[in-house]
Amino acid sequence: MAAPTFTIPELKDDLAIPAIAAGAMAHSRPFVAKPEHQEPLGFPGELVEGWHDKAIAKMGDLLGKSRALRVFLDSCVKCGACTDKCHYFLGTGDPKNMPVARQDLMRQVYRRHFTLAGRFFPSLVGAKDLTREVLDDWYSYFHQCSQCRRCAVFCPYGIDTAEISMAGREIMDHIGMGQKYSNEIIGKVHKFGNNLGLQEKALRATLESLEDDMEEATGVRVRIPVNEKGAEVLLVTPSADFFASPHIEGLMGYAKVFHQAGIRWTVSSYASEAANFALFVGSYEQMHKIALRIRQAALDLGVKRIVFGECGHAWRVAYSFLNTLAGPWDFLDPAYPAPQHICEVTYDLIQKGVLAFDKSKNDDKVVTFHDSCNVARGSRMGEEPGGQFRIPREIIKACCNHFVDMRADTIGEKTYCCGGGGGLLTDDLMELRVKGAMPRMQALKEVVTGRGVTHMAAICAICKSQFSKVLPEYGMDMDMIVSVHQLVSNAIRIEPAKTTATA
Amino acid sequence: MSALTVTYALLFYAAAAVFILGLAYRIWLYARTPAPFKIPTPPAPVTRRGVVLRMAREVCLFESLYKANKWIWLFAMLFHAALVLVLLRHLRYFQEPVWTWVGLIQPFGLYAGFVMVVGLAGLWARRFLVERVRYITAPSDHLMLALFAAIGLSGLALKYGDRTDIVALKAFALGLMRFDWQPLPAEPVLLVHLALVALLMAVFPFSKLLHAPGVFFSPTRNQVDDARSRRHLARWAAAFDQGRP
Ligand code: SF4
Ligand code: SF4
Ligand code: SF4
Repeated sequence: MAAPTFTIPELKDDLAIPAIAAGAMAHSRPFVAKPEHQEPLGFPGELVEGWHDKAIAKMGDLLGKSRALRVFLDSCVKCGACTDKCHYFLGTGDPKNMPVARQDLMRQVYRRHFTLAGRFFPSLVGAKDLTREVLDDWYSYFHQCSQCRRCAVFCPYGIDTAEISMAGREIMDHIGMGQKYSNEIIGKVHKFGNNLGLQEKALRATLESLEDDMEEATGVRVRIPVNEKGAEVLLVTPSADFFASPHIEGLMGYAKVFHQAGIRWTVSSYASEAANFALFVGSYEQMHKIALRIRQAALDLGVKRIVFGECGHAWRVAYSFLNTLAGPWDFLDPAYPAPQHICEVTYDLIQKGVLAFDKSKNDDKVVTFHDSCNVARGSRMGEEPGGQFRIPREIIKACCNHFVDMRADTIGEKTYCCGGGGGLLTDDLMELRVKGAMPRMQALKEVVTGRGVTHMAAICAICKSQFSKVLPEYGMDMDMIVSVHQLVSNAIRIEPAKTTATA
Repeated sequence: MSALTVTYALLFYAAAAVFILGLAYRIWLYARTPAPFKIPTPPAPVTRRGVVLRMAREVCLFESLYKANKWIWLFAMLFHAALVLVLLRHLRYFQEPVWTWVGLIQPFGLYAGFVMVVGLAGLWARRFLVERVRYITAPSDHLMLALFAAIGLSGLALKYGDRTDIVALKAFALGLMRFDWQPLPAEPVLLVHLALVALLMAVFPFSKLLHAPGVFFSPTRNQVDDARSRRHLARWAAAFDQGRP
């Protein structure tokens, strides 16, 4: 890879709020989707004739469909409470990366076309026409939002900039100005069932070799079944879990948990992807289509439960939206929530005493936990509010002797995004990704130097990939990032399968 | 009946109509627009009761703002709390006899006038002093602060400057409500104060003051976190259920 052509932010002792640097990131824009990425999703191949009117019409359509959009565009008082809350602003200083300013990119057009004040007194209320210049700003800055919702936590009206950037991308898709990275991937899921374009044969081969690896390491044959009818659990996991480190170590962890608990499970080649990138482009239709693959697979395989692997936005879609998109799940076992997170499954089994650990296997590590923003701020685990913060930590503590949390204003509901979420995990946005990771890196560095932390665990495929890439940029080792179920995998005590295994 | 009285009476009827109808339309729009997804920001309440409590904390204590920024919180709290007291204090102009508790808060309402102006000054100062806030400020943001400040200052001037004929003013106010117009005292400061209040009522439904109804409709704050146990389906999204497995 070529050396970066930008300066990597220096990690200071404190997280300072930068002075504003207008236009600092105006050049950052991801590759525009080509017709072959757009058309399979039903979007125009390139910027259409009369895009202005079509964009305004689409905006009107979305305003009628989403209360959030309408209320958020009306309610901002420009108090400034959100201005220092976005990791992209903190990392770049570009004022258009302040959440309110990002919203204003859409709000100015909304005011101009949908409010009296903006129609009659545009300059007074900061209303603007959707010029080509403004459209370019949209493309640039709506793709500098990882839709992490940190701003929404602090806004007195709960204004969620993620909703705005999703709507912005949806409008741009409809006028032929989509983002290549996300739309190409969505197309692959429709075609192959996963983001990677991995087909059943290749999937089986990969998983079989994983079984061999595990057998070699443990002496026990731990299975990773594919398309097994009549299994109790369908595991839907990000396809990264099938091929890359440290994801794959996490998958081994899930396999060992199911094995040890005697739960019959399977992955599906048809729904071999937990990720649902349609969330990032704000398309209900695409999200629905991807979610239906899971419903179909669950019906075909006759499973009783659906469990999701470690993936941040996938868990948001699963926990918060799956019932809406593809429910009701009345054909599943009502004794379990539908769907469940693998962490919920593991945690319950730990509580019941089904799993035993040799914690010393992780004694070479002092572990901290990165709350993936989509899990932290877009979902829940367990029965109690805040379970999504507690349960993964309890799992880590059950299999590690040394656990340390990062600074309180960088974890839990206030966690910083890794910098690569929301459809931005692409090489054409590397500068943004590195700079946006700064707040997380700063908090991590603090516990590395102050508390001897050696590893950071995460439960999101995007986070893991992003950290593997950016940790070295900040002078840290890429192997510091581990899967939570990798720690489980290291420490869990497993025995040969009982022959009549049931749940 | 003087032309002045007629003008102001009509002005207030018009302002009230714009205020009520404009706001009602906006609220109707918010209420009618479905929320396609569950998007409460966690840790979110899992019951309706929990949501009511969350909303109460948000509206009465500005919980999220407190998390975000203590200075903004302080000035916003001073301004809004004082504004509420001042508004309640003004109730006495519209009732005969005056309710006991309205009588009791009169002295506090007076201090509140000053506090309100202090809160406004703090909020306004941030628009000049904090670079980030300066960047996001539009002319209308200054004008809105100016409007509130002018209303507050003219109100204080009425109290502490030349004594206004309160009895006549009250008669005018009651007359408006009873559609039995009474003469309005022609005192310049009072006329300014009243005109500004009418202006505020008229711009309310077209301005960022919509945050007042907006907060109650904000899906990130008013939804119950029960996505797995109850299927949430917007009307327009129900069509997607057709013909699927
Ligand atoms: S915190 Fe909310 S109301 Fe305040 S400026 Fe940001 S988006 Fe607007
Ligand atoms: S959602 Fe996250 S990335 Fe987007 S503006 Fe808010 S804080 Fe920034
Ligand atoms: S990648 Fe991870 S931290 Fe970043 S947006 Fe997704 S869940 Fe959030």
